[in-house]
Amino acid sequence: MQSKRTVFSNRALPYMLLAPQLAVTAIFFLWPAAQAFRQSFLREDAFGFSTQFVWFDNYMRLFQSASYLNSMAVTAVFATSVAVLSIVIALALAVAANGMIRSQQTYSTLIIWPYAVAPAVAGVMWWFMFNPTIGILSYLMRQAGYNWNHGLDGTDAMILVVIASSWKQISYNFLFFLAGLHAIPRSLTEAAAIDGAGPIKRFFTITLPLLSPTTFFLVVVNVVYAMFDTFAVIHATTEGGPNQATNILVYKVFDDGFIGLNLGSSAAQSVILMAIVTVFTFIQFRYIERRVEY
Amino acid sequence: MKKALLAALLLSTSLTQANAAEIQWWHAMGGELGAKLEAIVADYNESQDEHTVVPTYKGTYPETMTAAIAAFRANEQPHIVQVFEVGTGTMMAAEGAVYPVYEVMADAGEEFDPANFLPSVVGYYTDTDGNMLSMPFNSSTPIVYYNKDVFAEAGLDPEQPPRTWEELEQFSQQIIESGAATCGFTSGWISWIHLENLSAWHNQPIGTMENGFGGLGTELTVNGDVQTRHWENLARWQQEGIFQYGGPVGGDDAPPKFYAQECAIYMNSSASRAGVVENATDFEVGYGMLPYYEDVEGAPQNSIIGGATLWVLQGKAEEDYAGVADFFSYLSSQEVQAKWHQETGYLPITQAAYDLGQEQGFYAENPGSDVSIEQITLNEPTENSKGLRFGNYVQIRTVIDEEFQALLAGSKTAEEALDAVVERGNELIREFEEING
Repeated sequence: MQSKRTVFSNRALPYMLLAPQLAVTAIFFLWPAAQAFRQSFLREDAFGFSTQFVWFDNYMRLFQSASYLNSMAVTAVFATSVAVLSIVIALALAVAANGMIRSQQTYSTLIIWPYAVAPAVAGVMWWFMFNPTIGILSYLMRQAGYNWNHGLDGTDAMILVVIASSWKQISYNFLFFLAGLHAIPRSLTEAAAIDGAGPIKRFFTITLPLLSPTTFFLVVVNVVYAMFDTFAVIHATTEGGPNQATNILVYKVFDDGFIGLNLGSSAAQSVILMAIVTVFTFIQFRYIERRVEY
Repeated sequence: MKKALLAALLLSTSLTQANAAEIQWWHAMGGELGAKLEAIVADYNESQDEHTVVPTYKGTYPETMTAAIAAFRANEQPHIVQVFEVGTGTMMAAEGAVYPVYEVMADAGEEFDPANFLPSVVGYYTDTDGNMLSMPFNSSTPIVYYNKDVFAEAGLDPEQPPRTWEELEQFSQQIIESGAATCGFTSGWISWIHLENLSAWHNQPIGTMENGFGGLGTELTVNGDVQTRHWENLARWQQEGIFQYGGPVGGDDAPPKFYAQECAIYMNSSASRAGVVENATDFEVGYGMLPYYEDVEGAPQNSIIGGATLWVLQGKAEEDYAGVADFFSYLSSQEVQAKWHQETGYLPITQAAYDLGQEQGFYAENPGSDVSIEQITLNEPTENSKGLRFGNYVQIRTVIDEEFQALLAGSKTAEEALDAVVERGNELIREFEEING
């Protein structure tokens, strides 16, 4: 790394080169974040005529509110399911594709495709297929004797948003796993094969441990994705319903702030989310980034 | 090149501004309704050259309202904003932001008599002193649409919509048993139709203090006997296949069920008429009033309205408001109102517009188009049936949808669900008071 360091003769130049990025960060991140932080201590009417400073009241109310606690539980279930589902499927696909010799390129390209689909489009597509009235999948399930209705059944709705959110993420995870698999020296697996280890044994004793840095990295990335980037999917499919069964934290911020106009509470929720994402970033840098081998 | 373009653009905008005072109108009418609204504005702009009204579509009702509020905070607000009826409580509480319509008209010296408007429409938007705070524009009320072909096939009289809920149940059973359709009825707007209007139609209070008209400090009372009985029935009817749920808020899944002849009866806003006429091409549509429970004393009373009104926001140049007043006079004129009402299915907001429709023979030619008016003017509105006014009602509507879903999913009984509506709703009302009191 040392050899790549560049020395600038002009002292102002590096700052000027950084300035655009810093300006963007300040305007689009620091400033709104500071605003949210300030707002989270205030109680205000929608139009902003009367403003009261209420200390931690907004936060305290949140932790006493049944709907917020429900939203936390829903988020935990949702994020875990999305991470597990998309990682397991992506790993299986990556191992399968890695075994191909000539068609590996084609398979990889096809599996990466869904990543290019916008979340809202993906959401609408799955919603359409699962639609209780007109959807093909719900029709097939009815034939099989299961009455699918994500409009009323909270579990059905959760399954729908988990599938819609994971589908896209599989492509992303697949790429990382495939790269990770390429990095595993063939000599290791060959040696194990010569010693008499079968493919399943080789996978669990050699491939999986050597992929663990990639897997840990992907767990963090996927949980963050599920918690923060799935707004569009939820908005396009269930809108947090039925009866708040899919109302994840990010969606609740939107719902309380933009529909309910309860700015103080919405801001307090954003601050909590900021804290959560900070923790994840910290975990990633402190424990995982160091151990990932590229 | 780019600079030149930009300069030209700036010049052209400043030129139009100099030409006539621009009046910004943010609205929530998309699609067909949006096109009709823009046609009205274009006619107005052509009719005079002092003001130019600029309509801007801002998305759904909640989006439009939120946009206007955010704009007000940034001092970029439009002159006129279209706000749906459940936002009324919020707008009324924002005294510094709103320029009440009666004042706008008086200050501009524009002729304006609230008595010309239909009482059940205006009542919703008047303060306790009888002053009109916003300008009714698109008001509707829920009615029953039914499939005459299916009725005939099932051996029912196709000219006779169900009058009571008992009849509706019986008709539905007959329809399903005969195989004419697979479901009896579906409905849009559960909160509006099966709770608020249900209450008004049976002369039951929705909340204390005249449904919230009496000021702050109100509590919801929708867990009464009639409401509980109706929700119990809806849950049972869903189990029996008589009723199919169309989804929360407006119930987007309901219209396709009716258009596809899956459900024989469909309840929705009178303003859904245009959509029904356009989509129900394979069968004859009949229209009827909302059903009621025969043994409830005082039913049917009158239904209440939904839809939106136009609110004027403070903080613009004084001469602009003269333009707003002039535009409002145009909007509520007999011809414009009659045209809007006849094309969209919204209620005529003035008696004169209704009379004009009768003179023109519109109702005779279009049977069913006056059901909404008859229903809303059936009786003199009572304390329970002139509307409702609660703070945070946008969120309370969501609570109603959520509890209704819990009811249909079988996780709550009707009583539990409605008790929860009252409890959670009252919490939201208290929160609103804390902030606005």
